[in-house]
Amino acid sequence: MTAPPNAAAPGSNTDLVELYRGMRRVRTFEERVGELFVRGQSAGSMLHLSIGEESAAVGFVSLMRDGDTFTTHHRGHGIFLARGADPKRMMAEIGGKEAGYCRGKGGSMHIADMGLGHLGANAIVGGGIPAVVGAGLASRHDGRGAISVAFFGDGAMQQGILYESMNMAALWDLPVIFVCINNQYGMGTRIEQATRGRALHERALAFGLNAETVDGLDVRDVREAASRLIDAARDGRPGFLAIECYRFFGHARMDKSPYRSEQDEQEGRARDPVLFARQALLDSGQADEATLDAMDAGIAAEMDATIDFAAAAAEPPLGTMFRDVYAPGEPEPEAVATRIDRILARG
Amino acid sequence: MPKKSYRQAINEAIRQEMARDERVIIMGEDISGGMGAPGEQDAWGGPMGVTKGIMPDFSRDRVLDTPITESAFIGCAAGAAATGLRPVAELMFVDFMGVCFDQIFNQAAKFKYMFGGKAVTPLTIRTMYGAGFRAASQHSQCLYPLFTHIPGLKVALPSNPYEAKGLLTQAIRDDDPVIVFEHKAMYDDEGEVPDEAYTIPFGEANVTREGDDVTIVAFGRMVNFANEAADNLEKAGISCTVVDPRTTSPLDRDTILETTEETGRLVVVDEAHPRCNMASDIVGLVSQEMFGALKAAPQMVTAPHCPVPFSPALEDIYVPGVARIEAAVRQAMGKGH
Ligand SMILES: Cc1ncc(C[n+]2csc(CCOP(=O)(O)OP(=O)(O)O)c2C)c(N)n1
Ligand SMILES: [Mg+2]
Repeated sequence: MTAPPNAAAPGSNTDLVELYRGMRRVRTFEERVGELFVRGQSAGSMLHLSIGEESAAVGFVSLMRDGDTFTTHHRGHGIFLARGADPKRMMAEIGGKEAGYCRGKGGSMHIADMGLGHLGANAIVGGGIPAVVGAGLASRHDGRGAISVAFFGDGAMQQGILYESMNMAALWDLPVIFVCINNQYGMGTRIEQATRGRALHERALAFGLNAETVDGLDVRDVREAASRLIDAARDGRPGFLAIECYRFFGHARMDKSPYRSEQDEQEGRARDPVLFARQALLDSGQADEATLDAMDAGIAAEMDATIDFAAAAAEPPLGTMFRDVYAPGEPEPEAVATRIDRILARG
Repeated sequence: MPKKSYRQAINEAIRQEMARDERVIIMGEDISGGMGAPGEQDAWGGPMGVTKGIMPDFSRDRVLDTPITESAFIGCAAGAAATGLRPVAELMFVDFMGVCFDQIFNQAAKFKYMFGGKAVTPLTIRTMYGAGFRAASQHSQCLYPLFTHIPGLKVALPSNPYEAKGLLTQAIRDDDPVIVFEHKAMYDDEGEVPDEAYTIPFGEANVTREGDDVTIVAFGRMVNFANEAADNLEKAGISCTVVDPRTTSPLDRDTILETTEETGRLVVVDEAHPRCNMASDIVGLVSQEMFGALKAAPQMVTAPHCPVPFSPALEDIYVPGVARIEAAVRQAMGKGH
């Protein structure tokens, strides 16, 4: 199995600059999403930020390649951005605008793009997991050599569907990886209160998967673990990876996390994968403060522009309400105009 | 009578039933919240704070935060009900029923019948439904028609705080599995709610307006919209009866038939999708039982046959509103109205 073309040697410093850039982009994007919410301009009532989890998204996704597919949970902005999404179109979707990835009909929790292999973010905990088993099957059928990856939170570790899916992936030797982003909390419940089980990856071992747990503090460690699992998966040996990190803020934007102590938050936020990578770059002399500051400023400007783009974008036309319920060619029960007239009480 | 919110009314019903009967327990995801986390305990009370404060007043033995594992905890609640407890399980959003549907419609709903009447399953499931919350397709559905379809399940749709307390109390005391549908846009609605415990019997509709021209049958949140439409129409000289059936199963057929016979015109308002929903069910009932008494074709006001869209511009017109109900009433009245 040869390494994918876009992979630099794991751990190299050139690589770390790019990984840092990727993580900073995710963080800044999420900060802008949060600002949008605070300013009352975001359309959605439920926004889940992935701040603190950037290494999971960027470290893993940096080794995926064209044709690979994936699903995410509700906290999936960072994963999609790392996979090459246009942040403007993401922000437009979060704002419910037509220029968004789902024409404004999905929002933050359902962002998807078949072209980039994104089979959908999901608002059902565990709901996106079995689709990657199917995508793995389709990939093997076509001999594409593509892998399919399910990203989900620690909460989904208690959903039965994960185990049914891992079992099938192992049984059929599918090119599939299950990635659990363990940010220690599912809403207000700490992982220790959700399971008596030991290391999460041991469950996957029991089903015959390659499985590891990795600390998400150093993005290079995540990337190395991902590299091992991805190589095996491309050869039809499915895998599981638990990435340990911390959810820096509340579950959704309204949640102020009163169930956590200040100390818990301080310790958790001290394990900051973005600042850790930055320090590693400075310590190794690979980059200086001025270079990194300039990079950060460029990213800030890029992400500021996403808000302006989303604010200026158009609302979806009313007729799109009825579009895409079925495949094209399916007879419409009634003309769209009639249906709009009815719901606007103009009938 | 004291004023209370829909949220408080539900909280009070649960507390009073827990105090009255120690077999009543509650369970769900973060229904207390923060269990074992290094900060405030009882930090959530469910995502809308409905059950907040119950855990400290009772105990962790009777207020159970569950993992995110709907099949298992709903099935567990059904099993506990069949073996002597009276569980009130919170299934956060009705959309998540997809995860545990088997446990509800193949298991809990059928224990009694399949076992030749030997099982009793006093299970209550509280769940949130409805659009208008900017929460997209997987957090906005109604779905109560699906559960109404299943023999063995009872389905209640409280339309205001008074109804919420009385119907939930009845659900907890009821010996069958009951699903109580709470509209997520109504938790802050206020209304008069007695302090003492009371029940509202299932299958007895509430007539909220009496009129001569048109009977409007509406469900859950739509009852309030129907009342508003009726008040507006009154000023325009059209007088409406508004019927809140309160429960879709059992259904108070008599009140629906009698009030429709009096007016000869029927409008049904249902926030669910139009196919196989409560509106089509009631129109079918009325058409079969008293076709001859109808002066006009019955009208159905429902959401359209598409998932709930995320975009506010679309969602705002998705949910049936007062203007649509008024238009349907005028349509039933015919030319000149
Ligand atoms: C089937 C289902 N149950 C419950 C919920 C409500 N809910 C949304 S996110 C969440 C917590 C998920 O925790 P985790 O999987 O750890 O992801 P995180 O939010 O920490 O990223 C819950 C309970 C849901 N969306 N779907
Ligand atoms: Mg989590």
